Amino acid sequence: MALPFEKLHWYSKLEVADYLVPTSLPQALDMLAAHGGRARVIAGGTDVIPELRSRKLAVSALVDVSRLPDMNAIESDGADILIGGGVTHAQAAASPLIQDKAGLLATGCGWVGSPQIRNVATLAGNLVSGQPAADASVPLLALDAEVTIASAEGLRVVPLSEFFQGVGKTVLDSSREILTSIRFKALGAKQGSAYLRLGKRKAMTLPMLVCAVVATAGQDGRSIQSAAIALGPVAPVPFRERSAEQFVAGKPATPETLAQAAETATAQCTPRDSLLRGSCDYRTEMVKVFVRRGLAAALTQAGCTIG
Amino acid sequence: MSTMELSFKLNGRALTLNVAPDTLMVDLLREDLGLTGTKAGCREGECGACTILVDGTPMNSCLMPALKVQGREITTIEGLEKADGSLEVLQEAFMGEGASQCGFCTPGMILTATALLKQNPDPDEGEIRQALSGVLCRCTGYRKIVQAVKAAAKARA
Repeated sequence: MALPFEKLHWYSKLEVADYLVPTSLPQALDMLAAHGGRARVIAGGTDVIPELRSRKLAVSALVDVSRLPDMNAIESDGADILIGGGVTHAQAAASPLIQDKAGLLATGCGWVGSPQIRNVATLAGNLVSGQPAADASVPLLALDAEVTIASAEGLRVVPLSEFFQGVGKTVLDSSREILTSIRFKALGAKQGSAYLRLGKRKAMTLPMLVCAVVATAGQDGRSIQSAAIALGPVAPVPFRERSAEQFVAGKPATPETLAQAAETATAQCTPRDSLLRGSCDYRTEMVKVFVRRGLAAALTQAGCTIG
Repeated sequence: MSTMELSFKLNGRALTLNVAPDTLMVDLLREDLGLTGTKAGCREGECGACTILVDGTPMNSCLMPALKVQGREITTIEGLEKADGSLEVLQEAFMGEGASQCGFCTPGMILTATALLKQNPDPDEGEIRQALSGVLCRCTGYRKIVQAVKAAAKARA
């Protein structure tokens, strides 16, 4: 039950007994373990603080992971790009490597919240919050990203396609686990990407629809070798539109192919009618438009001629 | 609940305080240090009235546990005034252009614009609007605010 506005507005304290700032990963995991599920990881805090203040979340301690070493870099690792768990949206949006080799992610990160939010909010946090409207999650899904999660038991690697479980729910338990890095393949020569977003304003607005596409052009430059299409927030979790992906694979890059793919792309869409985000009918129609436009833009960037 | 020691630089002055672990930066500034130039608006990161500069970067102090600023350099609107009491070019420009109505968003606007002009001394209108997009003015005074930032950039050139 939400508190009345006045109480929420003026209730300044978080009601946490401890604020811990570990300086190494093992120390951070020990601190979480010592609280036996009653502590929570905090990074930028842009989701955690409002949740604590509205009492949606109650914890005895916060473990601030923003000073852990080796978590703040964006690096090339062979054909892969590695993003540390502490990297902010502002950092990713401004990174020449991300702009050049994962353009859709740079664009998506530039849309999150406000400049103030992007300066502190991390991509890892965007994933862990598990919101269907997350601007970084959708492009990372299209990039086939995988995340490394550290716990007292060791490290595990989870593909993003298996990461999201429901609204606000992921396979990561932030009372005992820390998302330490995000890894995906840099876009290659015959690849292009697109990030399309429908919102009510040009800034500071949650998306009504996000469509992220990574496309690979065929050798002839006129066909589609493969495409990855990710959508949100039109279901409880951001997801890959596999049927449209399978439909376009190996097909000629024609307006008809793209239009037919768009028609198949709404099977998994179950958006709610929302005063904030528009009606189910409208958003379902817009999914078709965005899948068509997204494929066209990504293929064009990949050097593919559509016609 | 025990307090923790917190050291940081506030408007050029080194400070060491004992802070409760659940204190937010906006409240430390306003309630404990009496610096009420930083405003508490929505307290949810939507309005930007609480914007402060952390190592020169604009951030929402309402979403920031005070203990996060350990070792950082913080600038609030009070920190822009020079030792002789004169104001920064941006503050003068906001007065000159009438870019303030109720004034509640003004500290956030001016600090955000300070960071912008440091990074980009000659921004175009789009860049100004983008940089200020995290601070809401409910007097609908954006036109004059953008003009004031332009005027300050020109005065500095």
